[in-house]
Amino acid sequence: MALVLTEEQSMLRDSARGLISDKAPVSHLRQLRDAKDPTGFSKEFWHSFAEMGFAGLLVPEEFGGSGLGFVEAGIIMEEIGRTLMPSPFFATSVVAASALTRGGNAAQKSEYLPKISNGSLLATLAIDEGAKHRPLQTSLQAVRAGNGFKLSGAKALVVDGHVADLFIVAARTAGSAGERDGLTLFLVNPKAKGVAIERTIMVDAHNAARIELANVEVNADSVLGEVDQGAALLDGVLDIGRGAVASEMVGLSEEVFNRTIEYLKSRKQFGKLIGEFQALQHRAAELYVDIEITRAAVMKALQALDGDVAKAASAVAVAKARAGTTATRAVQEGVQMHGGMGMTDQFDIGFFMKRARVCEELFGDANYHTEQLARARGY
Amino acid sequence: MTDSKTADTETADLETFREQTRAWLEANCPPEMRKPATCDADVFWGGRNTKFASEPQRVWFERMRDKGWTVPDWPKEYGGGGLSAAEHKVLRAEMAKIGARPPLSSFGIWMLGPALLKYGNEAQKKEHLPKIAAGLIRWCQGYSEPNAGSDLASLQTRAESDGDDYVITGSKIWTSYANYADWIFCLVRTDAAAKKHDGISFILFDMTSKGVTTKPILLISGYSPFCETFFDGVRVPKSHVVGTVNRGWDVAKYLLQHERAMISGMGERGVGRPLGQVAADSVGADAQGRLDDSMLRGKIASFDVDEAALAACAERAVDLAKAGQAHPAFSSAMKYYGTELNKRRYEILMSAGGVDALEWESERSRQGARPRAWLRTKANSIEGGTTEVMLGIVAKRILDLPGA
Repeated sequence: MALVLTEEQSMLRDSARGLISDKAPVSHLRQLRDAKDPTGFSKEFWHSFAEMGFAGLLVPEEFGGSGLGFVEAGIIMEEIGRTLMPSPFFATSVVAASALTRGGNAAQKSEYLPKISNGSLLATLAIDEGAKHRPLQTSLQAVRAGNGFKLSGAKALVVDGHVADLFIVAARTAGSAGERDGLTLFLVNPKAKGVAIERTIMVDAHNAARIELANVEVNADSVLGEVDQGAALLDGVLDIGRGAVASEMVGLSEEVFNRTIEYLKSRKQFGKLIGEFQALQHRAAELYVDIEITRAAVMKALQALDGDVAKAASAVAVAKARAGTTATRAVQEGVQMHGGMGMTDQFDIGFFMKRARVCEELFGDANYHTEQLARARGY
Repeated sequence: MTDSKTADTETADLETFREQTRAWLEANCPPEMRKPATCDADVFWGGRNTKFASEPQRVWFERMRDKGWTVPDWPKEYGGGGLSAAEHKVLRAEMAKIGARPPLSSFGIWMLGPALLKYGNEAQKKEHLPKIAAGLIRWCQGYSEPNAGSDLASLQTRAESDGDDYVITGSKIWTSYANYADWIFCLVRTDAAAKKHDGISFILFDMTSKGVTTKPILLISGYSPFCETFFDGVRVPKSHVVGTVNRGWDVAKYLLQHERAMISGMGERGVGRPLGQVAADSVGADAQGRLDDSMLRGKIASFDVDEAALAACAERAVDLAKAGQAHPAFSSAMKYYGTELNKRRYEILMSAGGVDALEWESERSRQGARPRAWLRTKANSIEGGTTEVMLGIVAKRILDLPGA
């Protein structure tokens, strides 16, 4: 498959870009932050997103979705990255929708997927427990109790955790931390007895929460996929999420780069435009190449996911690792080349730096994914 | 995601082509040709005086030549395979899958051919392209001069008009394999009075012409892949000018894009064993099978990430070009990154090899193959335009930065 967008995909990008840049520019995030908005995103805009068919973009048509692929989801994520729009799209429409589509039984799919498609249900995956993304280290305990399970433990960096209507919780039903066997995914109602949710205000002013489960009772129907065999489902869902975050980082990197280039072409010092200085030109050129290469790697990963999620792991690792180092470089150069202005809150560039830092941690940083590639290649 | 019938038919045709190609390659590519060449003598360059290094090399070359697959996407009338862009991509992918090496390495294929296809007249295309495709004529490139390196357009080799001929006098440097080449494509100054970019012509001539001499240059690798080339009143018919007289810079730049694309390819060689496993041969592995040098392992893994990403970008560059969306200067971006990456590869290989990689003369080291290759890569970011020139081109032509 050619690594360029098809005509339909270009049209999707144009309509998403038009809508997002018009209704949710960076100032939208700034307003939500400054107002300490209790929801953390615009519900009204989320409904327009649903009406456009974006909320159910990955959901099969039989459940009211658009039935599109990961390349299309990446297109939306990239546009989100350009304006840093806070949106449930990632947690609900990409990660949770994929988990339910891939792991859900008939009843689970028909209960939740139509609601995701029409924008009425927010869902999120609760995976990380420690400071770093280590899925196999999951130790949140699920012990059998009667006809169901009791869940106890804590999760961090649960995206949209304080507004979600449904948690998908990775838990350990057997084995011990570090083992692949014994992982199980559960659907948990955030309002269930024993669930404590703390909204964590993050550096990037996007939604996240810490949640604690204390003997939370769920019935057997709440298992998503198979008991003890959740690792494969989780791998696929995480890889889909990683591809999406990498797309957001490409959009973010390119936007911060474009803003920086404009600054180089307008700021004068020593009687010259600073973009005339070769020291800056070469760094800008290197960054441009980094972004182009990363964009290709991310597109490759999304196409690989569309082909067969189970075989996309290495392409995804490359994409997320590259996206991390590239975005980090882009925001650092962005702030440095904007000089003192880059350090001010009034200038948007800092928002990009903050968001890039969170995206880097989300579902594994560059070191994590570089390590995964080394293991996959057997050295 | 189009559901039109034609698209479906095309996809089905392409799948048929893939299956046929796979079967043909399986039946026709000798096992010996399914691994990378280990040294320069193992690469087939063609030409009047060429000899095959081995029987499998001959067989592989001749079979591919007979299908037109030394130049799969050139038109059939010029000795090519006449494949569509999509078919060419399939062929490359299938060759890569079995590690099949190119049957013919040639500056005629990588550089001159594309320029002739765009700027050559019909007679020139008919004369030269089939001989390139069939590996009959080996070409070299007369670009750089002692005082015209990065500033190539300041070249001074002059071509003076004399009736139906030009008389060419001057010298070139860094002419790759000039001592083995049959013909040269050469930049000469045909108008000394014009501004430096405006008085240059692109001309072809036979290296056996009277007045041509070559002198190999010994490099730090101990090899002499480059020559100094001298022209002392070489007489060349005016009909050998490609494109318009005094507009040779256009041809030169177009050709450079292809040269840069070729050199950038050195950074992505997904064939062969993973670098991490090569390193394990000398460094060893721990109980978990991890390379027993965690810092080196990290460097290799970062390299692998960048190499895979570059491969995707190279693939995308081709797709963009086919879709008419490519920036003409993008080959400079790829050239910069690909060559820097290849230098990284060899720094890692030297570090991984340790003492073993220092042997310069022995059977065991295949006459110092690794250190010599390592030193050779240092030219990658100089030849065909330095890294600094490439970054300047990106800054000026792609980013449109001021005063670049």
